Amino acid sequence: MKYIGKRIRRNEDPRLLTGQALFVDDVDIPGMLHAAFFRSDYAHARLKSIDVSAARERTGVIAVYTAEDMGDEWKPGPPLVSPPATVENVLFNSRTQPPLVRDKVRHAGEPIAVVVAESRYIAEDAVEDIIVDLEPLPAVVDLEKALEADSTLIHEDLGTNLAAQMAQSKGDYNKAKESAAVVIQKRIIIDRGAAAAMENRGVVAHWDAKSQHLTVWDTTQAPIPIRNGLASRLGLSVSQVRVVAPFLGGGFGPKMMMFYPEEMLIPWLSYKLAKPVKWIEDRRENFFATTQERVQIHDVEMALDNSGRILGICDDFLHDTGAYDPYGLTIPLNTQSHAMGCYDVPNFQSEIKVVFTNKIIATPIRGAGRPQGIYIVERMLDIAAKKLGLDPIEIRKRNFISPDAFPYEHNIIDQAFSPLIFDSGNYVLALDKAASLIGYDQFVKEEQPRLRSEGRHVGIGIVCYVETTGVGPYEGARITVEESGKINVATGVGTQGQGHFTSFAQIVSEQLRVDVRDVNVVTGDSAEFHWGTGTFASRGAVVAGNAIHAAAVVVRHKIFKLASELLNAPEEELELEDGQIRIADIPNMSISLGDLANKANPLRGAVEPGTEPGLEATAYFGPKYGATASGTHAMILEVDTETMMVEIKRYVVVEDCGTVLNPMILEGQIHGGVAMGIGNAFYEKLHYDENGQLLNASLADYLIPTATEVPQIIVGHEETLSPLNPLGAKGAGEAGAIPVPVLFAQALENALPEYDLEILETPLSPNRLFELLREKEKSR
Amino acid sequence: MTNNKNISLSVNKVKYERSVEPRMLLSDFLRHELGLTGTHVGCEHGVCGACSILFDGQPVRSCLMFAVQANGHEILTIEGLGTINNLHPIQESFIEAHGLQCGFCTPGIIMTLVPFLEKNPNPDETEIRHAISGNICRCTGYQNIVEAVKIAAAKMSVVKSGDIAHT
Amino acid sequence: MKPAPFEYYAPDSIDEALSYLAEFGYDAKVLAGGQSLIPMMNFRLAQPSVIVDVNNIKGLFFIQPNENGGLRIGAMTRHHQVEESKLVADRAPLISETMPQIATVQVRSRGTFGGSVSHADPSAELTAVSVALKGSFLLRSQKKERWVPAHDFFVGLFSSVLEPDEMLIEAKFPALPERSGCAMVEVARRPHDFALVGVAAVVTLTKDNICKNARIVLLSVGEHPMQAQLAEQMLIDTKLTPESLRAAAETAAKSDIDPGGDIHASAEFRRHLASVLTYRALDKAFARARGDG
Repeated sequence: MKYIGKRIRRNEDPRLLTGQALFVDDVDIPGMLHAAFFRSDYAHARLKSIDVSAARERTGVIAVYTAEDMGDEWKPGPPLVSPPATVENVLFNSRTQPPLVRDKVRHAGEPIAVVVAESRYIAEDAVEDIIVDLEPLPAVVDLEKALEADSTLIHEDLGTNLAAQMAQSKGDYNKAKESAAVVIQKRIIIDRGAAAAMENRGVVAHWDAKSQHLTVWDTTQAPIPIRNGLASRLGLSVSQVRVVAPFLGGGFGPKMMMFYPEEMLIPWLSYKLAKPVKWIEDRRENFFATTQERVQIHDVEMALDNSGRILGICDDFLHDTGAYDPYGLTIPLNTQSHAMGCYDVPNFQSEIKVVFTNKIIATPIRGAGRPQGIYIVERMLDIAAKKLGLDPIEIRKRNFISPDAFPYEHNIIDQAFSPLIFDSGNYVLALDKAASLIGYDQFVKEEQPRLRSEGRHVGIGIVCYVETTGVGPYEGARITVEESGKINVATGVGTQGQGHFTSFAQIVSEQLRVDVRDVNVVTGDSAEFHWGTGTFASRGAVVAGNAIHAAAVVVRHKIFKLASELLNAPEEELELEDGQIRIADIPNMSISLGDLANKANPLRGAVEPGTEPGLEATAYFGPKYGATASGTHAMILEVDTETMMVEIKRYVVVEDCGTVLNPMILEGQIHGGVAMGIGNAFYEKLHYDENGQLLNASLADYLIPTATEVPQIIVGHEETLSPLNPLGAKGAGEAGAIPVPVLFAQALENALPEYDLEILETPLSPNRLFELLREKEKSR
Repeated sequence: MTNNKNISLSVNKVKYERSVEPRMLLSDFLRHELGLTGTHVGCEHGVCGACSILFDGQPVRSCLMFAVQANGHEILTIEGLGTINNLHPIQESFIEAHGLQCGFCTPGIIMTLVPFLEKNPNPDETEIRHAISGNICRCTGYQNIVEAVKIAAAKMSVVKSGDIAHT
Repeated sequence: MKPAPFEYYAPDSIDEALSYLAEFGYDAKVLAGGQSLIPMMNFRLAQPSVIVDVNNIKGLFFIQPNENGGLRIGAMTRHHQVEESKLVADRAPLISETMPQIATVQVRSRGTFGGSVSHADPSAELTAVSVALKGSFLLRSQKKERWVPAHDFFVGLFSSVLEPDEMLIEAKFPALPERSGCAMVEVARRPHDFALVGVAAVVTLTKDNICKNARIVLLSVGEHPMQAQLAEQMLIDTKLTPESLRAAAETAAKSDIDPGGDIHASAEFRRHLASVLTYRALDKAFARARGDG
């Protein structure tokens, strides 16, 4: 292949590097007004009264709205993901977020009023003028206490804080357990964190009353659903609404949440005021107003035979969804579908209980529930390995799904409600390669004993993961050859830094044989392409990429057909290269693609019935189920047992995402994912107190790894193609983050053998490590 | 606003005279008053570094200065460093090494690197990582940024010193 | 996160600045580097109605030798200027060692010595370093001028003896005696974060390697920099051994401080780190005093 698989430099870089790329906060429209929100300080409270009169009177304030002012137009957001229809006995209590609090505050930061003013500065001044009478209620923050009979209720009409309950199973775990040589039972607590993209959210809405058209710039990963929803909510035709997701400063999940209060309000305000309105989230707001992932509490059991083969896994867990549950069961279903990991597990049972709490809504953050599932299975295997005297590599190999067992059906459903089927994989290759790259044997046999004898605490870890990716429902693309000879590609997904402008161009270049720089990709603009869902679940390259590939194949066919007529030669004798289609061996019998496009769109003559003008095609791709990527991470770290500081000495990733479109972009995704994973493992933690207050709502105290905390990452590849799509591709956006916390657990235990630690939680920190070591010392 | 102050400053070698409210942050002034939106705002509390610019040649966080404080001073932003048709070696190196993904933190990192590379023309990996430790990137994991800096250092040792902006 | 409105003054001289402080008192805040004040203003945790910007007062930017081998640093001297100063490296190596550990390069471009000290954050390295070096601060108002030893300057969390009409003008440090050694050791989550615990140690030896003087000051363990006086007393006039350093470190941790806990470190962990870091700081400082560090 000439273009796919090559380390081609990114088309979008020059603009991003010179300040010539439009982000939402860069949008500036004459007469634009600015919004700021009055947000609740309390996590749980009844709204008794609100007085905005002083705010309204402030110079420079145009309007102030409360829920009451919205009247009949006040409407909570739509549920985004309904519960799976194919599973029995699913309990699902749907509760979604309102645009402004009407009677009750359910999380700190929930918006109660919105001020529209001449500047953000004045708007914030006016927010301080607002007087609100809130009657605080006890905050529900602990998942188990929330389910107790006497707990305060977040949604009183439900009579419970249970948002959802659902169980899946295959085989018979209890029976399997009876014949087990080893049964391990543990409680594992997994906490995640905020996505904390460098760009906060923002919405600019411009209702132009004269043209009866609404344009919205939104930091969303899903511009098309937003467009459709806004049109519906405002009673407009979809053709009157354009949603643009321009350059985004990182997504990582929360920008896929749709119909945030601000997303519902800002367009409505512009419509009401007939003026452009801008709202840009500030960093403090981001911690309260943008979704995050939080705690799961797992009670898990693994039954094994005496050779370390898993007979069954039983995993019941609680999942914190926050104050509302618009995103359905997506995260916990991902957890379930990854709780068997890379392994052939014949018996499985898992019950999810989703719990409402007085915190901001939880929606997928990079990994989206998969890190939790992988944590469970890899941890339990490590514990089993210790019990059985097996090393971590050996126990994994004994349980891998064998390469000839694919497609492997798990007999449960995944987050897309499809049967969980792993399409292809060869897990032992990545494991062996990772072990070799990190120097596993040499470290364990020579380096580690030597360093230990010097009093140093060094440890090694190696873990495996799978990642379901590339899920449907579908994406689409339209490809057009322009008369300039350049190619235009439009697709519905947005881009948040993962290089679509280049990787998608490479797919097109492979078919149409033009330089990647001559392929102009438009993403995230509903006016350019209006069918699709969005960028999430590591599906952009697979789903949109394959739609682009399909459209390119059709355009290529049209090129050959028309050129064959014009050059009077059979299609088999033609070749397409460097933007020219020519008769092979007769180079001067050629037409440039631009000229061909011109000929395909005549100003005279007739376009035959059943054909279309131009060299253009639109195609869609909807995979039946998602492709499953996999890989292995390994790490060597050192612990200073006096200061509890941990330094990563060596980090290796071997990943398998099938066909790699652009290795440079892929490696960048891995690096970034691992960095986030390191944050999740050892630095990032959202500290909530018993009143539902977030104590570290700033980047000074919510610790994101910087260049001194992230090591060099050695990346190796395996390529097991996916049979599910013509490109053979699998997604890779989240893989880097998935196994890092569980890798930390293994490596830390390995570094501190004299403490005989059993780590059953994440995240860790020097402070927590100190506590764990102290506990061990005291118990001696 | 009655307590506006008149300021006169040079940004990317262009002189500007404006009247600003004292509380207007330098970051907002550059972005919204002057339309230089290449400098980004990530936190407004001086941690993320996305808003970093050069103030009289020193790297500073523009969200931690008021525009009035720039009166009589010289500022260099990413737009002044190089253009699409005339990229600075650091900008070129970021393209070659895939040192950016979403690009939001990038201008702040690059402006921080300009004086760093002047003072440290041959930095090692540790020095580079410490130099950018005041800039948070959520996308790249920093590895390719470090590579980009090494490439830039090599390129710039060929360029005459003292000639920063290619305008 | 935009700050609330304020009146803004940018005086050219110290006298002009002091006249504003005299006029506005508690309503005014001095704007130095802004690296601590402006974030608080952006969060609206601080809403001063008057800002007195002293960045244009050239007379506050200096690093000068003092009599008998000491050092004077003007209040507005930027961190990066102190970091790059050979005079400081020569006469107060503890300060030079500390500078790269202060925040990030961008903060050090604007942050100032006087600003950091006046802000009186017990996690700020320069507070502990000033006490360890027996520094003093010149405070001036329209009415009077006074020198306050660093040891007496910090009285509580973000609280110093500065009166509302006073401004810090300069810091002075005496010469280090011969056969002295210093060390600044801290532990932070990321190198540029506030330290979980830090220790500044300045020690002096006789020519027979008996400890003549020891000053141990800890940061992030109380409401202001904490001098470990009991630990110091254990070392003075004694011959040093690893055991005696260990004992002094433990005393510092157990008896000289009573740290609080927060989300980053519990009180117990802080106490533990205090012991570890005091030992490391003393070990380093004494090695340097002996000439082999």
